[in-house]
Amino acid sequence: MPRFLREFFNRNGVGMGSLMLGLVLFWTVGLIILPQLSMLDFSFRPNLPPPEIGGPKDVYTVENYKYLIFGPEGGSQDYNAVDLRVFYRTLIAAVFVTLFNLVLCYPIAYYLAQTKGNHIRIFALMLIIPYWINEILRAFALRIIFGETGVLNNALVGLGIFDTPFDFIRNDIALYAGLGYAYILLMIFPIYNVIESLDRNQIEAARDMGASWTKIHRRVVIPYAKPGISSGCTMVFMLSAGALAAPQILGGPSSLWFTQLIYQQFNDNSDWPQGAAYAVVLLVTCILLVLAVMRLFKVNMGDIGK
Amino acid sequence: MSAGVGVDLEKLWIRFGDFVAVRDANVKINGGDFFSFLGPSGCGKTTILRAVSGFLEPSDGRVLIGGNDMKGIGPNKRPTALIFQNLALFPLMKVWENITFSMEIKGASAKERRKRADELLDMIALPGQGDKLPSELSGGQRQRVAIARALCAEPDVLLLDEPLSALDLKLRQHMRTELREIQQRVGITFIYITHDQGEALTMSDNIAVMRAGVIDQIGDGKTVYNDPATAFAASFVGENNVFRGKVKQVSGDTALIATNRSGELLARISTANQGKMQPGDDAMLFIRPEAFALAPAGASGDHFVTATVTNEEFEGNVFNIFMEGDGGKELKVSLPNLGQSFESHKGQPMTLQYDVQNAVALPAGELATE
Repeated sequence: MPRFLREFFNRNGVGMGSLMLGLVLFWTVGLIILPQLSMLDFSFRPNLPPPEIGGPKDVYTVENYKYLIFGPEGGSQDYNAVDLRVFYRTLIAAVFVTLFNLVLCYPIAYYLAQTKGNHIRIFALMLIIPYWINEILRAFALRIIFGETGVLNNALVGLGIFDTPFDFIRNDIALYAGLGYAYILLMIFPIYNVIESLDRNQIEAARDMGASWTKIHRRVVIPYAKPGISSGCTMVFMLSAGALAAPQILGGPSSLWFTQLIYQQFNDNSDWPQGAAYAVVLLVTCILLVLAVMRLFKVNMGDIGK
Repeated sequence: MSAGVGVDLEKLWIRFGDFVAVRDANVKINGGDFFSFLGPSGCGKTTILRAVSGFLEPSDGRVLIGGNDMKGIGPNKRPTALIFQNLALFPLMKVWENITFSMEIKGASAKERRKRADELLDMIALPGQGDKLPSELSGGQRQRVAIARALCAEPDVLLLDEPLSALDLKLRQHMRTELREIQQRVGITFIYITHDQGEALTMSDNIAVMRAGVIDQIGDGKTVYNDPATAFAASFVGENNVFRGKVKQVSGDTALIATNRSGELLARISTANQGKMQPGDDAMLFIRPEAFALAPAGASGDHFVTATVTNEEFEGNVFNIFMEGDGGKELKVSLPNLGQSFESHKGQPMTLQYDVQNAVALPAGELATE
C-alpha cells in the first residue's frame, strides 16, 4: 500500500477511510471517467440502427472526426466550413468572456477581500442571491433587458441616445453579457479567497516604497493572486465554452455555439456517435488550451486547487 | 555624515470616531536621533507612526519632516520608510528583488539593482543570499532584509514598528545592538515603536513614554528611568515599588510622604513635579528594587522600610526578596550577588534602607498594569 494511503487509513480508520475512498472513487470513476470513456467509444463508431449494433458493420472508424473537418462525403465544399467556424468562434468567444470576466471580477474580488466591515457581507450576499434563480430564468431576464423592445432599448431611445433600437441580440452583446454574468461568482470567489489571505502590510509596504497603485497590483497583488486567477479563469473558460442555455436563449439567429451543434447531433439527428465526437474534440481542445495557457503563465496544477 | 532630518509633531490629535487615539502630542525629534515611542499596546504609538509615514491623516495638528508640513502628502511621496511589525517582505520576490523594490519603482535597471542589493547584503552581513526567497531565511535574517529594503529607499527617516517582537529573546538582544550600529552608520533619524522598555532604554537617544494616547514624558533613557514625570512612567519603565500615601511636608525638592503601610518616608520630588506637590496631596513614592540595601534590624527613620519577607529567590546576578507590600502588590528588592552569604528571612520582618536620591515622589496617578 502506498504511504499516503496508509496515512489516510491511519488518520480516518479503516471503516470511515474505506467509505470516503469508495465515495470519491464512485464519483470520479463511476460518474465521470466511465461515462466519458463510453462517449469516447461512441465517437469512434458509425451511427447504426439498433438491430445492426454489434453486427458486422459495427467497427471502429474515424468517420465522425473526419466529418467535423471535411463535412459530408461528396459535399460541395472541401472543408466543413460551417461547423469549424462555429467551433473556433466558440473558443474565441469563450476566451473573450473569460478575459472580460477577469477584468470585471478582479477589482470586485480585491475590494471584497481587502475591505473590512459589515457592508462587505451584504455585497457578497447581493452577488450570491441572484444565483438562487434558475439559470434559464436569468437568461430570459437578460433577454427582456436586451430585447428589441426591451428595457435597455426603451431607455436608450427614450433618452434620445439612439434613434432606433439597437439589436443587442443579433450583435451577440446579450450573449456575452449572459455568459459573463452566468459565471462571475466562479471568477470572484477563487480570487477573493487568495487575496483575502494577502497581508495588508505588503500593500502598504509597497506603497511606502513609492509604488503606484498599478505597480502594487502588478508586482504584489496579482502575482500573489495568480492561483486564484488561474482557477477562476479555468472554470469560467471551461463552463462558457460548454454552456448551452445562455447561447440557446440569448444567441442571435445566425450565431451558433458549438455546444448547440453537439446538442443537435444528439437530440435532433439522433446521431450519438457524431455528437460524441464533437464533444470529445471540444473537451480535448479546451483542456489543451488551458494547459498551454497555464504553462505560459507558469501556473502549476496544484495552484488551481488553492 | 549629515545632521539628519528631524521630525516634529505639533499639537497632533488623531481620532477614530469618538475614540481619541492620540491626544495633543507635541514632540520634537532631532535629525539623526534614535527616538523611541514606548508604551503598552493600544497606547497610540503605532497610530503616531502611521501619521508620520502618511498612512493616516491627523485629525488635528501637524506632522513636519525636515520642517516641511506633510499634510496631504501620501506615504509613497514621503521621505520615510516603514519597517512593519511582521516585516511584510514580499514572499514571491527573491531577497535581492525585495531589497531593491524601491529602485524598481523608480525604474532602475536590473544591473544597478543587483549591485545595490549586493552592497546592502554585505552591510547586513548576508552576502550571497540575494537569490533566496524570504521563506528560506531565518527570522533574524528576514529582519535584516527588511532593514536593508527600507534603507535601500534612502529615506531621511526610518520608522520601525516593533520589528523585534517576533524574535526570540537572544536574537532580540543581538538585534538591538545591530540596529543601533546600523543607525549610527547611516546617520539617519530612526523612530522606533516598542512596548519593551529594555529595547527603548538600550537603543534610544530619546524616549517618549505614552499612555492611552497621551505622551507622559520625553527624555533620554537615564532621565526617564531615574526621574520619571508621572506615576505611569515610573511604573512602566523598568521594575518599581510603589508606596501610596499623602504628602506630609515639602522642603525644597524633597517631600515627606506619609505612606499607608510603611510610615513616613522621605523622597526626592521628580524634576517635572517640583513646586507642584502640596502637603495633603495624594502621592506615590517609587523605589527601584535595586535601590535598597540591607539595614540593621530595628533601624527606623524616614529612609528605612520594614516588612515581612514572603518569598526569596536566587536569580544568579541578584537575590530577589519579596515582601508584603502596598495595595496587594509585593515589594521587590534585588540585592546584587557579591558572593556574600545570605541567610533566609522568610516569614520574618526585614529592614531595608535607601538613599533619598533614589526614591521618587510623584503625584498619585494611574499605574501601568503588567
